[in-house]
Amino acid sequence: MERKTLIQCRDASLGYEGQPIWEHLNFSVMSGDYLCIVGENGSGKSTLLKSLLGLLKPISGEIVMDESLRRGAIGYLPQQTRAQKDFPATVSEVVLSGFLNARKRRFFYSGAEKSQALMHMGKLGILELKDKCYRELSGGQQQRVLLCRALCAAGELLILDEPVTGLDPTAAQDLYRTLHYLNKSEGIAIVMVTHDIQNALRYGTTILHAGHRQWFCGSVEEYLASPYGKRFGGERV
Amino acid sequence: MTLLLQMFSYPFILRAFVVGILVSLCAALLGVSLVLKRYSMIGDGLSHVSFGALAIAMACGWAPLPVSIPVVIVAALCLLRMTERSRMGADAAIAVTSASALAIGVVVTSLTTGMTTDVDSYMFGSILAMERGDVVLSVALCAAVLVLFVLYYHKLFAITFDESFSRATGVKVEWYNTLLSILTALTIVLGMRMMGAMLISSLVIFPALTAMRLFKSFRSVVICAGTLSVVCFCIGLTASYLISTPVGATVVLVDLAAFLLACAVKPLLRGR
Repeated sequence: MERKTLIQCRDASLGYEGQPIWEHLNFSVMSGDYLCIVGENGSGKSTLLKSLLGLLKPISGEIVMDESLRRGAIGYLPQQTRAQKDFPATVSEVVLSGFLNARKRRFFYSGAEKSQALMHMGKLGILELKDKCYRELSGGQQQRVLLCRALCAAGELLILDEPVTGLDPTAAQDLYRTLHYLNKSEGIAIVMVTHDIQNALRYGTTILHAGHRQWFCGSVEEYLASPYGKRFGGERV
Repeated sequence: MTLLLQMFSYPFILRAFVVGILVSLCAALLGVSLVLKRYSMIGDGLSHVSFGALAIAMACGWAPLPVSIPVVIVAALCLLRMTERSRMGADAAIAVTSASALAIGVVVTSLTTGMTTDVDSYMFGSILAMERGDVVLSVALCAAVLVLFVLYYHKLFAITFDESFSRATGVKVEWYNTLLSILTALTIVLGMRMMGAMLISSLVIFPALTAMRLFKSFRSVVICAGTLSVVCFCIGLTASYLISTPVGATVVLVDLAAFLLACAVKPLLRGR
């Protein structure tokens, strides 16, 4: 498969109201990449995420998105909110809402979209939950539903915000395996903010470490050899 | 039965039925979104703001609706902004706004006309308050809410379910939220003259809560809330005519009965 650049961040400064949290940031995400963004709380991970999603303009420099992503086709998996936990909606309603984005000016879903949604649900093993109520699912199942919605929104890139937060270890491993499968077999690029450094090192291909006003970006091996990696990921067995 | 037929021979009851049915339909549809977004108390706050505006309008001898509609819309937009941005806490902001508006209204009326039956009818509603202009306005409002709901049903679902995802995919979340708050403000102003400032918010909250207990999909919750709201209103209005009780309170009691019934029925449904 031809690898193309999905996101390119060129000498970007990111932050709020002219106060940069990230400076001179350079990295790129190619199709098939698995990028994990790690770092302590308050080090700017969510700022970076917002900038990647286009909700925050860089103070200087630029973030160039591929043509396919620019039209709102971003597969985003946000952190769950409390209100969602008891939301009355069926799984298919949630999954189908992934097809809504800015570029489509239609008011209903097409047959093609419906069958694509079924296909994605099958891929993630939630097809039999199709007519179940979202609030009656387990945390791991809910996360799969949201992942499925993200797949409907975009076929090439998934952006995940701490996807395993609140999941039990088995459900978390299941989710990691699913992501690994999507990444390897379907060639979907993955950008994930995570606190789970062990699994980031295990599944990721590239690590972006957020420090205070400093950053490091490189492959897992380069990261482990760097001062950040030695301090942060030292206990890898 | 003759009593019922006789009831419809009064034009003011007919007007109350038309306005009430349309307003309760709109309130229920908007209510589903508001309750799920955890904005239930906004209706309460807005009705008190509306009461304050009405009191000032009466004191100055202005027409009530042209004054209160813009004031309440501005209040709705401010409350929505506050819930989105500030760290002060949405519930505190709404509580402060509604108490202040109520206080302003009470002070202004006691300084000018004194606490008359007019004030009482604004607090607890009156069936006589419906005028021809109200009928026209509520038909227009109801049409707007229904069109919005049918055309933007899926977008509204997506925004209600997950604002950050919608924003990331480029949906103009702010625009829809603004629209939602303007429509809510209009519904409150129209409905409050019949239901009363103290009771109108129940029209927003009850049907949505009851429907959420009974149904599992968003579509059925919306349809059920709308139907339930209209049915409860009709029963409440008829009952209030038959046993001569205030309309607002009677409708709320019917809504409460429906809610309790739903709570009782739910375990049976689950057992199936």
